[in-house]
Amino acid sequence: MLNRPNLLKLLSAVIVFGSWEIAGRVPVSYSFPTFVDSMQALAVLAWEGTLFTAYVETLKPLAVGVGISTVLGISLGLWIGLSKFFDWLVSPIFVVMQAAPLAALIPLLVMAYGIGLTSKVFVVCIMAMPVIVLNTAGAVRHTPESMKEMCNSFLGTRLDMLIKIIIPAASPLIFSGLRLGVSAGFIGAILSELKITPTGVGDIITYSRSIADYPSMYAAIFSIILLAVLFLNLLERTEKTLFKGNDLGYVSD
Amino acid sequence: MSQTNPPPVATEEAPSDIAVSVRNVSKNYGDVEALKDLTLDFPRGELTSLLGPSGCGKTTLLKIIAGLLKPTSGEVEISGKPITGPGPDRAFVFQDFALLPWATVLRNVAFGLELRGVAKSEREAIAEKYINNVGLSGFEHSYPHELSGGMRQRVGLARALSVDADVLLMDEPFSAVDEQTRRKFQEDLLTLVHEENKTFIFVTHSIEEAVYVSDQIAILLPRPSRVLEVIRPSGFRNKSADSIRRDPEYLDIVDNIWASLRSYVE
Repeated sequence: MLNRPNLLKLLSAVIVFGSWEIAGRVPVSYSFPTFVDSMQALAVLAWEGTLFTAYVETLKPLAVGVGISTVLGISLGLWIGLSKFFDWLVSPIFVVMQAAPLAALIPLLVMAYGIGLTSKVFVVCIMAMPVIVLNTAGAVRHTPESMKEMCNSFLGTRLDMLIKIIIPAASPLIFSGLRLGVSAGFIGAILSELKITPTGVGDIITYSRSIADYPSMYAAIFSIILLAVLFLNLLERTEKTLFKGNDLGYVSD
Repeated sequence: MSQTNPPPVATEEAPSDIAVSVRNVSKNYGDVEALKDLTLDFPRGELTSLLGPSGCGKTTLLKIIAGLLKPTSGEVEISGKPITGPGPDRAFVFQDFALLPWATVLRNVAFGLELRGVAKSEREAIAEKYINNVGLSGFEHSYPHELSGGMRQRVGLARALSVDADVLLMDEPFSAVDEQTRRKFQEDLLTLVHEENKTFIFVTHSIEEAVYVSDQIAILLPRPSRVLEVIRPSGFRNKSADSIRRDPEYLDIVDNIWASLRSYVE
């Protein structure tokens, strides 16, 4: 269990949390709690159940948004990568979406879709989708030519080509797009709770700040980061089991 | 010095059983003429090399025969029937191996059969046999990145053999492997041509390699590509693999080919 990589992980956790504790004790700022205080607040939030009811709220737009971005984003990305015309038609939208300052767009979304779940899902999608779409499209366009020729020469159909060559070959980039997209989706979910209506984890953050309960505020922030990291690790594991051997590059490298 | 047209060496009557026949094939890429009115026959059960300097369109010709590229004009016939695209009668061995990095050796070798819809147990049994034939038994469950370059090309070869096509198309198959492995491959190829009753079409830029392995060598010249001459070495074909390289006829042919090609190499 305590092999080298795990030891290093433990060591870096000790260093990060240790410096947090020291910075809190100095204190760097009155509004910066120590690590131990924050963890206590986290335990209290969890014990009272506030944290879990908050996550039920926060995870709704997050799960729906990330789900839509993944399915729609990968499909659109595949289509863009396969068709020049569709690329010309659709990809500018995502380039603009990626470049747009989201906070400035939120008032427009609220005007159009109100303050409910729809707006929040939109915010998550705007954050998560562009990188998933653009990464998938780029990966599809760069499928090694000889693999496509191989599939053709051994009588593969167009569907074989897509499922057995293009998607697996694109999978490392698709997954890296997913990782970036999902972490952007987490940002979007919290941003929407801070900017649209305070619900869920965003509510804990806003409310604790307003009553100067800084340990609870940092506890909420810490918990969302932890969740995001755990989810990204899960994604990485999924990729490794699905496409074993792919992570070590192409044979022609 | 300027011996551009040496008399053909050791030419015998071409055999009448033609497996692949290329008729007046031209291929243009925009304004560039890659192939111009090229006609060539490939006798059944023999190995024919397409030899020429880079840019002479030998790979283009091979891909047209494979059905991967459409000729601008002219046609290719396999056993008398014109082709319209890739077919079950041809299998391709790629210069860069074109293996699936996410698939094991077993799945890679069986991949041609998988695309043809052969049931899993059946195709794996066939793949096992050819993995064994190319000397890779024990590596069935390895991934391509765990193999050396030479072993990867053996996987590519086993994949092409396992679909049991009449014609094997090889695009500079040994150019990405090291010299010693290449020599071993060339010797193995001689055995393969002898044992399997298949027609081999072999693209190479190495004169020695072409003369060593071929029953027939077609020398192509570049821009636009055309056939300079067809050489059929006869004297040393039945000798043992090690004595070919010392055979006077082998050395003569290598010299003559170089003499006719040198002026085209920039």
